[in-house]
Amino acid sequence: MIFTDIVFFIAAIGALAGAVGVVVLKNPFYSVLSLVTHLFFLAVLFLLLNSQFLAAAQLIVYAGAVMVLYVFVVAYIGGAEEPLGDSLPAIRPLGVLFAVCLLAELCIGVIGSGLKALDSHGAHVSNTFGAPSQIGSLLLNQFLIPFEAASYLLLIAAVGALVLARKRRGFEELTGEGGTA
Amino acid sequence: MNITWYLVLSAFLFTIGAVGVLTRRNPLVILLCLELMLNAGNLALIAFSRMWGNGDGQIFALVVMVVAACEVVVGLGIIVGIFRRRIPEDVDALSELRG
Repeated sequence: MIFTDIVFFIAAIGALAGAVGVVVLKNPFYSVLSLVTHLFFLAVLFLLLNSQFLAAAQLIVYAGAVMVLYVFVVAYIGGAEEPLGDSLPAIRPLGVLFAVCLLAELCIGVIGSGLKALDSHGAHVSNTFGAPSQIGSLLLNQFLIPFEAASYLLLIAAVGALVLARKRRGFEELTGEGGTA
Repeated sequence: MNITWYLVLSAFLFTIGAVGVLTRRNPLVILLCLELMLNAGNLALIAFSRMWGNGDGQIFALVVMVVAACEVVVGLGIIVGIFRRRIPEDVDALSELRG
């Protein structure tokens, strides 16, 4: 039990540090790398919560695929540092104040919810809890419609990305020639 | 660890992401901070799923990951479009939809 506590604190500190790094670092490239470490430690936390499949998906899909996409885009647009001059410097402390209020509200909501199981280690679960077999059977038996809707959403996002990344010049040439586009 | 610890950690991560969305001006970094907020929500969902010993929360977290991937694809497409049109990457300057 003491081992999982130590792992939890290491992972929690790592996740918090990664998250702070994303917000604080000026260079977007370093922000992306900081988010990768954050996602890695978050996957460790998922493992502590007995969700092996989601931890693996987090590492492969997020820290792998999505972050590579970010790195490509940062490399493409040059990763320019943010302009330092503020147009509305008075707004920034207000944002931080709002966030502190949000944190207090969330903590009150969690701790004041009165759920008895919050102070436990969770219900007793079998070894297959969170394993790919359980996720798969849930997806295909109980949540088939959200599963299919997610696949449609991915298809729509892929088509949308193609439309956004299309070369506008080619489109204008086509319309200029005969209006066939 | 008790489930409360995970939920409080998720509240902290969500708040850090919210600070980033509210204070940063580069749209790319704002997308990264949105990822932070979505992942904090995922952590809370998985903690509740563990609390009840029920897999439904994990399915929800999986769907959130799918939605986040779609959001990243479209958001990065828009950012690349902004870059191609030589518009400054500053959310204060991005005040109109017309290209």
